[in-house]
Formats: sequence, C-alpha cells, structure tokens
Amino acid sequence: MRPLADIEAGIAAISATPDLQASLDELLKLSEEVIEHWVVARGEEPTDEKREGFRLLGLHRQGAKGDPSFNACRETCREVLFHYNLISMDPQHAETTNRLEMMKMISNHLYLFISGKMQVAELGDFCCSSKPIRLTPDIDRKETQEA
Amino acid sequence: MTTKDKYKKVAYYPGCALEGTGHSYNRSTKAVGKKLGLELVEVENWNCCGAMEVKNVDPKLQTYLSSRVMSVAANEMDMDVVMAPCNGCYHNLKKAEYDLKNDAESADVVDRLSKKAGHKTYESGQVETIHALDWIKDAIGEDGLAERVKNSLSGIKVANYYGCMYTRPRHIFPEKDAGPGSESTSKPHFMDDLLAAAGAENVEFPLKTACCGGAHTLSDSDTSTKLVLNILKAAKLAGADVIATECPTCHSGLEMHQIRAEKTLGEKVDINILYFTQLLGMALGLKPKKVGVHENISDSMKFLKQKGLG
Repeated sequence: MRPLADIEAGIAAISATPDLQASLDELLKLSEEVIEHWVVARGEEPTDEKREGFRLLGLHRQGAKGDPSFNACRETCREVLFHYNLISMDPQHAETTNRLEMMKMISNHLYLFISGKMQVAELGDFCCSSKPIRLTPDIDRKETQEA
Repeated sequence: MTTKDKYKKVAYYPGCALEGTGHSYNRSTKAVGKKLGLELVEVENWNCCGAMEVKNVDPKLQTYLSSRVMSVAANEMDMDVVMAPCNGCYHNLKKAEYDLKNDAESADVVDRLSKKAGHKTYESGQVETIHALDWIKDAIGEDGLAERVKNSLSGIKVANYYGCMYTRPRHIFPEKDAGPGSESTSKPHFMDDLLAAAGAENVEFPLKTACCGGAHTLSDSDTSTKLVLNILKAAKLAGADVIATECPTCHSGLEMHQIRAEKTLGEKVDINILYFTQLLGMALGLKPKKVGVHENISDSMKFLKQKGLG
C-alpha cells in the first residue's frame, strides 16, 4: 500500500500507454489502495474478498461496515468499475482516451473523499448516512428525553 | 385520486436555505409551479427541519422538528402531500417518517415534545413527502412539459448533479428503486428526464451523486474545494455547458468553490451552474430575472443570451 500522496500522484500519472490494460489495472489498484488506507486506519486487515467480481467492491463493503457515511463513495466505486469495463471491453473505441481521463477523475474523487474523511471523519455524515436512530450521542440528551 | 391530480396542490416547505442563499431556487420553483398551473400552499409557521446541526447532536430532536412540519401540513392545513425542494429538508422529512414508523422510542419522543409544544402529534403516513423533481415529473410529466415548452433548451448540454441526500440512505426512500418509472438511488434520472423533455441534451455524468463536501464547506474548505473542483472538471470533460442542480446546499457549494478553486488553486473551470427549475422556467418562456438568475453567485447571463434564453 503506497502512501496517500503517492497514490494521488500515481492517479495523475496514468495515461493511455500502448499497454492500455496495464494502465487500467494500475488505476484500479490505486483505487483499491485508497480504500485500504481507510480500512487500515480503522484497525482492520484489508480484505481480498471480491464482490460482483471486483475487490474494490469487497473493500468498499468492508469500509462501510458500521459507518453508513462511507456509502457516500459507493457509486463512485461503481463508476470506477463501469469505466474499467467500458474501456477493457472496447479498447479501440474512439472515446477511449476520454473515458480513461474520466476514470482518472472518478478515482481521484475517491481519493479526495477518503483522504478528506481520514482528516474529518464526519465527511459525508450529514448528507448520506442518516445516523443510526438508536445511536447515543456523546452529549447529554437528557433534556430531550425528559421533555 | 391519481398521483397526477394529488400533486396539483401540495403543501410547500421551502426550508431555511431557500429564504437565504437558495433564494433563486425558491423564486424559480414558485414561478415554474405557477406557469404549469400547479398550486403551492406554504406550510404555515414552518420551522427548521433539523438540518445538520440538530441531527448531529440529537437525531430524535431532528425527527421531532421535521415531524412538526408534517403535523402542521396534515393537522392544521388538511394537506396530504408536502413538497420540499431542498435535498436536506426532503431527506430529513423522509428520515423522520422512517424513524416514526420503525422506532418506538422516536415516536415516543415526538409525542412528548409535540404535547409540550401544544400541537397534534404527527402520525407516520399522514402525509407523503416529495421532492420538487417528483412534483413536476408526476403532476406534469415529460409529455406535458414538452407540450408547454416555448424556448427549447436544445443545444444546451447539461450535467445533472443530484448530490448525495436525494438518494441516500436508500432505506428512507421506499418509493425509489421500485421498478419501471420510479427513481433510482444509484443512478437518479428524474432531473435528466425533465430537462430532456425541455429539449436539453444530458451528458453522461458519473459524479452525479458524488460527495461535494457539502456539510464541511466552511469547516474544511480545502477538502470541499478539491471535491467540487473535481466535479466541475468531470462535468466539463463530459462535455457539459451547464451543471443543473436541485439542492440549495449543492448549488451554493458548487458556485462558491468554483470561485475559491480559482483563487486558492489557480484552476478556473468555465462551466455554468443553474437550478433545474431555472432552466425549466426559461424553457417555459419565463425571463431569466423571473427565475432569479441574477440572484445566483455565478453569472450565466452571457451563456443564456448566446443560447437565446436571455
């Protein structure tokens, strides 16, 4: 697992080289490593399990366990894979360069979201998670309960 | 009564943002409703939905605040549909509905607070909460909209940005992902459908529900700026002239960080940001000022004039 800064640089450095599949695989690996950082920061071992044929989705599921706000990047992971498949299945397509550029941006979004979330854990909390209704917050809720 | 008829007259819950930074969304929503012959009756003496501040401190108090809005609509105004154009309000009302149906403790807190406040307790299922997208899509529909278009949006390429609260978490939106014709939580399309009916060309936009750092726009501005910049660049790469929005928080965030990205990161992304109701209003023949284009932070007038809408 490379440091986050190297991952960011790695995503930016991807280009449509003659070995396109190798570039795609590298971009997918970088996306996986972003989630690995999140999983390791939570004190867990990153899974090798695949979901729907991809480790990225297995890692996402692991990262979201017990933290619904992590689902804010669920569709981002799916879009990474959609573009991976799109390019892999038709590498000669006229839009391939554009598609690869878009896949880089989506991977970059995953990187930005997760690296941001590692600094501010609540990122995505308000928007996507709707905190579990039985959650007991740290502060005293006595007043509400006694009303 | 069909859904189409039911949505012709709805209780309108603008929420706090539409009276402040999202005023142009308020103006354009009302103008579009009037133009389409749909009646909005503002919820009397409405209060904050609990937004992020209350919800993060005490989710049950947020459930109460949202339930009070629904109680006023149901018990004091005899309305059975509440329309909330703001994703935050829409999300919170939906969450309150879910909590009241599924968590006895939440229902108990809401009942006690309602009695203390002196109004009838909201009972789960008394009203249906919908978004402005549901409202126009179901009350008018794509065909009805296409018939009323006076200035087609043809030649305008749009990236539709829904943000995150419109579809997440899935379990509070049981009507979504319900088969043909329903909204999708993984790839929402109602805004795409409506703008296409008005003549716009929607581009394939993979970040339509991606995080923009919304709630941390002030507390962690750098992260938000980078997230927004990536969204703007992706929309541009997708070929869009305009990012259409349906939430005042998303809209303000995109506009503010577009400027901030230029100032702090030196990256300028030349793309217009407009509420979907502004685009629809202009397609229906309304002038830009009638839909509050002048109230947006970013200036889209040059672009709109080029496209024959200004």
